[in-house]
Amino acid sequence: MKQLFFILLSIVIVSQGIAQSEKFTKAMTANIATFDSAKTADDMLASSAAFERIGDAEKTQWLPYYYASLGQVLYAFMKNDMSQNDAYANKAEELLKKADALQPKNSEISCVKAMIATLRMLVNPQNRWQEYGPVIQTELDNAKTQDPTNPRPYYLQGQNLRNTPEQFGGGCNTAKPVLEEALKKYEAFKPASSIAPTWGKGQVEKTLATCK
Amino acid sequence: MLPLLPLLILLLSFLAGSAQTVVSGKVKDGKGRPIQGASISLKDTYDGATTDTLGDYHFKTSEKGEQVLLATSIGFKLQEQKITISGATMHMDIVLKQEPNELTAVTITAGSFEASDTKRTTVLNPIDIVTTASANADITSAIKTLPGAQQVGESEGLFVRGGTAQETKVFIDGTLVNNFFFSSVPDIAQRGRFSPFIFKGTVFSAGGYSALYGEALSSALILESVDLPDQSSASVGISTVGLNGGFQKLSKKKNASWGVNYSYTNLAAYFAVVKQRPDNFKIPEFHNGEANFRIKTSKTGMLKFYGYFNYNQLGLRRPDIDSIELKNAFKLTNFNVYGNLSWKEKLGKKWHLYMGASYSNNTDKIGNELQDQHNVPVVMNLEPYDTKSFYVRSDGELAQVKTVLERRLYGLSAIRFGGEYMYFTDKNNYTNQYVTHGITTSEDHFKAAFAEADIYLTNDLAAKFGGRFEHSSQLDKANIVPRISLAYKVGNKAQASLAYGIFYQKPEKDYYLRGYAYNNLLYTKATHYIANYQRVSRDYTLRIEGYYKKYDNLVKTYGTSNAGIIDSVATSGYGEAKGIELFWRDRKTLKNVDYWISYSYLDTKRNYLNFPYAIQPNFAANHTASLVVKKFVTKIKTQFNGSYTFATGRPFYNIRYSNVAGKYQFADQGKTIPYNNLSFSVNYLPTIGNAKTKNFIVWVFSVNNVLGTNQVYGYNYSYNGLRKDPILPTARRFYFVGCFLSFGVDRSDDVINSNL
Repeated sequence: MKQLFFILLSIVIVSQGIAQSEKFTKAMTANIATFDSAKTADDMLASSAAFERIGDAEKTQWLPYYYASLGQVLYAFMKNDMSQNDAYANKAEELLKKADALQPKNSEISCVKAMIATLRMLVNPQNRWQEYGPVIQTELDNAKTQDPTNPRPYYLQGQNLRNTPEQFGGGCNTAKPVLEEALKKYEAFKPASSIAPTWGKGQVEKTLATCK
Repeated sequence: MLPLLPLLILLLSFLAGSAQTVVSGKVKDGKGRPIQGASISLKDTYDGATTDTLGDYHFKTSEKGEQVLLATSIGFKLQEQKITISGATMHMDIVLKQEPNELTAVTITAGSFEASDTKRTTVLNPIDIVTTASANADITSAIKTLPGAQQVGESEGLFVRGGTAQETKVFIDGTLVNNFFFSSVPDIAQRGRFSPFIFKGTVFSAGGYSALYGEALSSALILESVDLPDQSSASVGISTVGLNGGFQKLSKKKNASWGVNYSYTNLAAYFAVVKQRPDNFKIPEFHNGEANFRIKTSKTGMLKFYGYFNYNQLGLRRPDIDSIELKNAFKLTNFNVYGNLSWKEKLGKKWHLYMGASYSNNTDKIGNELQDQHNVPVVMNLEPYDTKSFYVRSDGELAQVKTVLERRLYGLSAIRFGGEYMYFTDKNNYTNQYVTHGITTSEDHFKAAFAEADIYLTNDLAAKFGGRFEHSSQLDKANIVPRISLAYKVGNKAQASLAYGIFYQKPEKDYYLRGYAYNNLLYTKATHYIANYQRVSRDYTLRIEGYYKKYDNLVKTYGTSNAGIIDSVATSGYGEAKGIELFWRDRKTLKNVDYWISYSYLDTKRNYLNFPYAIQPNFAANHTASLVVKKFVTKIKTQFNGSYTFATGRPFYNIRYSNVAGKYQFADQGKTIPYNNLSFSVNYLPTIGNAKTKNFIVWVFSVNNVLGTNQVYGYNYSYNGLRKDPILPTARRFYFVGCFLSFGVDRSDDVINSNL
């Protein structure tokens, strides 16, 4: 009887664990779908908040915080109100720090670090370049070494080059090879799980299309 | 069967859990305005929502019983609320409290213009100082394009809101700088000694400044030096006026750096090409050396040293105003040493310590000689010629220490207090045909203690209360003054500020050195009242400021001579100044063009020195306006800068002693022609964007007073009052061409991004 009890109890515990991780994956999958389809800044913010709730409830998962932070960055870009960028960047950084603590030296997290630095720089590029320019560069380099197969640092670098005037060493000519490299990496990229980051391919194609 | 009970309970609770409860409500701020984008969640669950544009939220949850509802939004404090979910639909309205935030909080701006690279949007950027067309990389010339400052071309310094140049003091890293400008030359304004590139922050306060600073009746120019460089680099430059070279070394760990710079200026070539009005018998020549080190003493601490030395000589000859045949030859040799050591550190969580020490030593050797047509010295015993030839050596020293402690209070509130000690010693050694090596000295032990509190009542309302106590051993008098300012945020980007303060300044040391100050002199005094409205966004800045300033105990001079000889001085003068100032900056309307307009209206009168009664002083114009434009053309990698300044004419007076009336009277007076100055500069950066080179080249070309407009700064009168000569610039236009290279650092990035 005692044995049966323990067997049953362990089944309950395990199944609860499975139920929990199923619940997590399900919630993440649903949220990633809303994240991918977010059309407005407000949609993006709602998606970021939903990821944050999952992260806060789970406490040991880095992906919800990663997405929450990324969502906050994308929200800031969609809002396009430079004077608010520092506040948004602070929030994104706060979330990313939690992800970083759970999953140190992660290539995807380094990419978001570079994006946050970009946000901050755009508040006042003239004065802030010296401070944040090197950060962007360092984080993108980190992202590349931490996971050489990750296409996103190449995409971000290509995007930055595309937006830099030709006279300053940017423009299509320099951006194109980097973006093409990114595309190659996207094609070969195998996400670690169904909820691991996969975003960016569409944007690369779009950016490349502007260079024709 | 008993052990299976927990399983059954679990199963039951699982089933029960699937019944969902709707939770909804509204999120508002303290003023009852809905907050959009606030995040609501049930603690430790996935359940929650984000508020819509009306601040409404709505979500479903399968949780039951005691729960914690969390609500937060950017700029607000996290709000926790215990709720009990029973299954019935719940409505919960939430009020969020604003979080103190340096970025959005109101700041006290009455009286001051800030140019720095802080997180908040400031009126100017450090780079604006070096790219203002009329400034030729001189800090104070750039400041002159801001409201409040006068266009005075005949002497150096900042004349602010009806104040003299002596009423503006300059501070570097917290401590007073004694000889900020090159030594005076009659009728020619001198540049500031220090390169704008060594400063990362500039605050120009046209009034109502903090209790941390004193001894300036009108204005404080507060400069903050740069921290560690980004990289090691070497630089060289060549221009129409000289050569320069420098080296900066950053340690491998990037926690310390040192550097040296040297520049040599010689105007021989320039004067050969561009004819000057005075006869420069000794071509101006400057040796300028600098050394610095900066050490990060901890994660939060920084120790900085900046050392400067300068040796320069010049001599110029002009016709003597009292005769047709004679000339006046003026010769100056200046030697200046300046050192500044400062240390900043965070002590614990709440305390900040700042310590600064500086030392300066300045020697001027000035000779003036009356000469004939063949430049041969002439000795005459007749007044006023007898006193025209002289030689004086002036030595001035200033040593000082300053300590400021800051303690953070709740939110952004803080208190600051500290003290400073300054030791001034001055010595004149004077020789003319009546005196040989007449030595006079002046000495002052000056002590001050100050305290100031920043009180943030809310994010939108702040007050600064300060007090300052000063004692000068020279005057043997103490004073204590209040400084108060308030700021209130009106809307998202706009704010209104008020400031009030009393400012004391001791009479100029010259009165002591020349032996006039045997009377019991008082501190000269100014009382400021300032009201300011400011609206700053990324693309536009609008500032309107009105002020009233009252002067008391200004220095009056008494005598019976028309040759400038003073019998006695007293602090019985007075005056007032009032005005309205406007500043508008627009970075958006015209594509890739950044421009600002400033306008100052000034109404001032004072009775000081030998003025017969209160009059508008000769350094004050009623209307001054500037337009500064900057445009970068990416295609040709060139930045174009233009500036235009206009000021209405300034009054000039011939004040003479009347033996009949027994007092000073006006023998002549008038107004100069209006001042116009259109200046232009071009910066060409051929290497930017070239990824293959780590070198950076910039070409600079500039012209001051492009149109060659007549500029008259005032008039000099002869001893008998019958002749008046206009005071003119040394040449109609000023040209500058230079090329500057730096190696090791690719500065392209700065330039690229300054223009993105």
